[in-house]
Amino acid sequence: MVSSHPATAMTDSSQIHGTPGQALQHDSALKHTTGEALYIDDLPEPAGTLHLAPGGADSVCGQIRRLDLSAVQSAPGVIAVLTAKDVPGTNDISPTHCGDDPVLAESEIRFFGEPVFAVVARSHREAREAARRGQIDIDPVEPVLTIDQALAAGSYVSEQQQLQRGDWQGALQHAPRRILGRTVSGSQDHFYLEGQVSLATPGEDGGVHIHSSTQHPSEIQHAAALALGLTDAAVTVEVRRMGGGFGGKETQAAQWAVLAALAAVTTGQPVKCRLDRDDDMIMTGKRHDFSSEWTVGFDDDGRILAADIHMASRCGCSRDLSDPVNDRALFHADNAYYYPAFRIRSDRCRTNTVSNTAFRGFGAPQGMMIAEQMLQSIAHQLGKDPLDVRKLNFYGKNQRDVTPYHMRVEDFILDELTEELENSSGYRERRRSVDEFNSSNTILRRGLALTPVKFGISFTNTALNQAGALLHVYKDGSIHLNHGGTEMGQGLFTKVAQIVAEELQVDLKTIQITATQTGKVPNTSATAASSGTDLNGMAARNAAQTIRQRLTAFAASHYKVLESEVAFRPDRVRVGGIEMSFADLVMQAYLNRVQLSATGFYRTPKIWWDPNKAQGRPFYYFAYGAAVTEVMIDTLTGENRVLAVDILHDVGRSLNPAIDAGQIEGGFIQGMGWLTTEEVVWENDGRLATHAPSTYKIPTCRDRPEHFRLQIFSRGENQEETVYRSKAVGEPPLMLALSVHQAITDAVASLINEAELPHLDAPATPESILAAVDARRASTTP
Amino acid sequence: MATAPTAEAERPRTASDKPVQNTRNTVRFLLGLEPVQVALDDPNLTLLEYLRVTARLTGTKEGCAEGDCGACTVLIGECQDGRIHYSAANACILLLGMVDGRQVVTVEHLADSGPNLIQRAMADQHASQCGFCTPGFVMSITALKLSLGEDAAADLPDRALIDENLAGNLCRCTGYGPIIEAARQACAQPLPVSWQAFSSTALAVLAGWQQDPSALHCQGRRGLFAAPRSTVDLLEYLAEHPQATVLAGATDIGLWITKQGRQLPVLLYLGQLPELKSLKNNSDTLEIGATVTIQETQPVLAALSPDLARLLCRFGSRQVRNVATVGGNIANGSPVGDLPPALIALGARLKLQGHAGQREIALEDFFVDYGQQDLLPGEFLASVIVPLKNDIQFYCWKVSKRFDQDISAVLGAFAMQIETGSVQRARICFGGMAATPRRAYHCEAALKDQPLDRQTLDRARDALERDFEPISDLRASSGYRQRIAGNLLEKAFLSMTGAQPAELYDGFLAPGHSHD
Repeated sequence: MVSSHPATAMTDSSQIHGTPGQALQHDSALKHTTGEALYIDDLPEPAGTLHLAPGGADSVCGQIRRLDLSAVQSAPGVIAVLTAKDVPGTNDISPTHCGDDPVLAESEIRFFGEPVFAVVARSHREAREAARRGQIDIDPVEPVLTIDQALAAGSYVSEQQQLQRGDWQGALQHAPRRILGRTVSGSQDHFYLEGQVSLATPGEDGGVHIHSSTQHPSEIQHAAALALGLTDAAVTVEVRRMGGGFGGKETQAAQWAVLAALAAVTTGQPVKCRLDRDDDMIMTGKRHDFSSEWTVGFDDDGRILAADIHMASRCGCSRDLSDPVNDRALFHADNAYYYPAFRIRSDRCRTNTVSNTAFRGFGAPQGMMIAEQMLQSIAHQLGKDPLDVRKLNFYGKNQRDVTPYHMRVEDFILDELTEELENSSGYRERRRSVDEFNSSNTILRRGLALTPVKFGISFTNTALNQAGALLHVYKDGSIHLNHGGTEMGQGLFTKVAQIVAEELQVDLKTIQITATQTGKVPNTSATAASSGTDLNGMAARNAAQTIRQRLTAFAASHYKVLESEVAFRPDRVRVGGIEMSFADLVMQAYLNRVQLSATGFYRTPKIWWDPNKAQGRPFYYFAYGAAVTEVMIDTLTGENRVLAVDILHDVGRSLNPAIDAGQIEGGFIQGMGWLTTEEVVWENDGRLATHAPSTYKIPTCRDRPEHFRLQIFSRGENQEETVYRSKAVGEPPLMLALSVHQAITDAVASLINEAELPHLDAPATPESILAAVDARRASTTP
Repeated sequence: MATAPTAEAERPRTASDKPVQNTRNTVRFLLGLEPVQVALDDPNLTLLEYLRVTARLTGTKEGCAEGDCGACTVLIGECQDGRIHYSAANACILLLGMVDGRQVVTVEHLADSGPNLIQRAMADQHASQCGFCTPGFVMSITALKLSLGEDAAADLPDRALIDENLAGNLCRCTGYGPIIEAARQACAQPLPVSWQAFSSTALAVLAGWQQDPSALHCQGRRGLFAAPRSTVDLLEYLAEHPQATVLAGATDIGLWITKQGRQLPVLLYLGQLPELKSLKNNSDTLEIGATVTIQETQPVLAALSPDLARLLCRFGSRQVRNVATVGGNIANGSPVGDLPPALIALGARLKLQGHAGQREIALEDFFVDYGQQDLLPGEFLASVIVPLKNDIQFYCWKVSKRFDQDISAVLGAFAMQIETGSVQRARICFGGMAATPRRAYHCEAALKDQPLDRQTLDRARDALERDFEPISDLRASSGYRQRIAGNLLEKAFLSMTGAQPAELYDGFLAPGHSHD
């Protein structure tokens, strides 16, 4: 057995329990295991709670001709039926307020299942039963469903964007070698285990309180206020925890929260909206699927001279976050490699499918997959090991270090990191053993790949890189911690509490973690872009430092010592020659009328972006990692198995190695699902065919290989001044799974000695692998 | 088997007339250790809805409401031969009436004076992130732990056993490694003493209830849930309610309710009928009662062939196998059920029982067309008879996107009689290739009395084109299905000629060059 997780660090008495670097449990770990952790559907329902179910279109696109809801109205238990006409304010929940995401469709259906009405009934089941009875007749028009159809029809949600540098045409033309390729990656459903859910309670002055399972409470607040014609201040949004998010509750939670709020205000009663899994999968957006064509020119060593990449993505029926998602795809089409000259274009296709949205990686996985396929193709044509070609093209130090968006890569560590993984995984030896296996097996074949990841950290929209926190210290020394970040399982609350514990040198149990609430910290950004800890951790640290400074100043004046003689030690404070407990000092401060509540704020330094010039420094820093994956395929059926995974990942100085390891492993397996079993299938008529776990297959525990060696890069340290020099970890590990797809491609390629790399779409289902195998075998037939 | 019904059973009745005497109109079960009686207003009420809404036990989560994610996993305790036997089940598609006479254990019941060893192991290993799937995993690990021997250290589960028990629980956050480690940690420790007291208290109550011969007959405003205790009674109910839904494990019917929104007014539950639960191993046949679960049948069928063993370990999930029945997998008439193609290739027959008595048909003849089976009104499936033959070589393979808990794109089963290098007879059946599980007659004919060589394979492969015109759907395209059918035949050939290499899914071991 090979399975390693970072050992739990012991707490020694010279440290508080909670110091960053300790492998502590998630703050809710035991509550998760006993069932005591409450999710929104578990909260005791206020008296008179009603239940809401959306009614979706049974057709794909066209103008609504007739909406007959009489059977819905008369169904048992129904209290109210809402349509677009009942929205008193603005019928739009678009995150960019561009008016293309109605709460309920008004006159036009744009995708199969688009919500048109909402039923409010006494029970969840009655609401769902009634919602099936709506009659929505439309004048159907021919839908645009696929990327190819959209490109042919010129159907886009926004303008094409491009990055360009140097004489890429000339460089391509004069390159000794050229390859043309196509990279196709599929969509992915978030499949958070807890579906979308909201509970809204009407309050005073027409206001409303909303529990929403959301990564973005401030946006829900604003969307509800707009739809209800209220001020933001009249709406409060709260979330203690989500049962998973992964980007799927960034913008996609708004519709259900707004509907619940609308129904609560309309009926005067609390209203819960919990989506059934099928409705959830049909009515909420997913990862953008991409189809890209590229030409890469390179020299005989495999060094890239120029690239021309044209990517196109399926955005669905509205803009939602498609612009920043596709921007991030553009920004990651280099992955870890230097392109001297290039043109990279991005088309954002409008289709009659549910609007695609944020998903862990946010376009970067799709962009990076192009780079990795280019590199693998080059290596294959040259008959070299792809790892050698990858290394050859890595960004340099102080040369060959400018990205396609004109930002210099100043913290590149992939040379060292890759070398360490290459050795620790026994890559070369395993390459030989894979070759040996393949030389004696025709039906089962093995493949191997090592792929690196370089991922830019910061919201590409500079304004979003800010955060707030609120810290109350009570007279007994206990601390109420609040900040704008949301907990979706990633351990953010634990990490931020560790930071506050460290700043005040108090034990973690002194700190009460509390639900994210717009009434406490306003104007927050989504917990997204891997930035949760970087932003909120710094804001909370700022608040804690304010408190510490006030206590220091108070202690110095009260005990007549210099401020430099006041020191916060584990669980106590030294003031000159005396020591006291934190709680005693706090009580003294209270009695002397010192403010014991503080807000904290943080804005990420250095970053800027000029969209007109497509230049700037969109990222504060980069996170790095690499993975080696070995697979086996059955060339008669196309089935595959991941046999072994070795990961080395950089999280800077880890705030919590246990939580970071969890993000790395979980991200990898989620990425593996995206690239193998998880196939989002659309019927030709625009219906989503895969709208439940019976038809949509995320990995199970069997799919996680026993050989799974995960190491955190021990030399990791953020060059930038992030919180304790840590690095973001939420998204980057997902892209380590590109090694799975590369390894499968490698296994297929092994069948025939042929210069061209096999074409393998993602997800690599048995069907697509067998197609690649058959094509490979046919390629030698004269 | 029950005798043929008497004429009296066919006399007309009034609607209020109960066909069976000595009945009970409330569902009676233990919730933890608390005896509960529920008058079922709606026979379609799921256990999960009862737990979350009525009992306010919200540790059991709804993730999918179709038995595919395991977030709602509970333990069902059943008194068997004077012992209490616990198994994991998905509460979302278990109907409340099905737990009559049983114990329901939820995650709340496990924590004693604090988290128990499994709950602590999960926390120690950092095996929860968002935590929503966690109670389900805790319950599945508990079931695994309870299935092991008393000596914790000596009976540690291997990885394959852990996978078999946990693959029905989806986790989207952790990547599973820490959960697997938690299962190992928990299984290495002895059960707490408190569990012994808990289960023996429950056993005493359940054993007492077992002595009560009254059958469940719950007539509520939204319909009837009845659980007859003899086949005679079942036939009477069927005569009384010709449109009744006959319910066994509910792993399919549960979804009609939760997913299709159907209201089933009359449910006749077979789970309290001892006659349908028997598994008879005769010298030349194996007779499997219709309500024998997939889990119960696993050892006997697995003994017939390693391929069957592999098929059964990936049939649904452990939670599904614990309640799904052999009869249900046949009677629902699905074109992609996992058992029928294998059983048809093995030459299985069905015993059908009705008012007119019993009849026996070949399993392949039961599947008339899509959604249409050879089952007469008032008739039910009593058992499956599998001939035991020594002279055949049997192979079967299931191809799906995911190994566990997925529906076949194609399932091919091959029963071959080989003598001196040539095929004497072949029975070949495929699932996923037609509207029903269907034998490949042209292919069988092309193989008969032919040598095991490349020409025979090519001809037989060509014949498959005449046997099937598969459809394209979300699971696979028509072309892929056709190609796979031929390739599975090729696998069978390779196996018969001894050229078949190790299976992709053989073992679940790290590759030989691991670096530990």
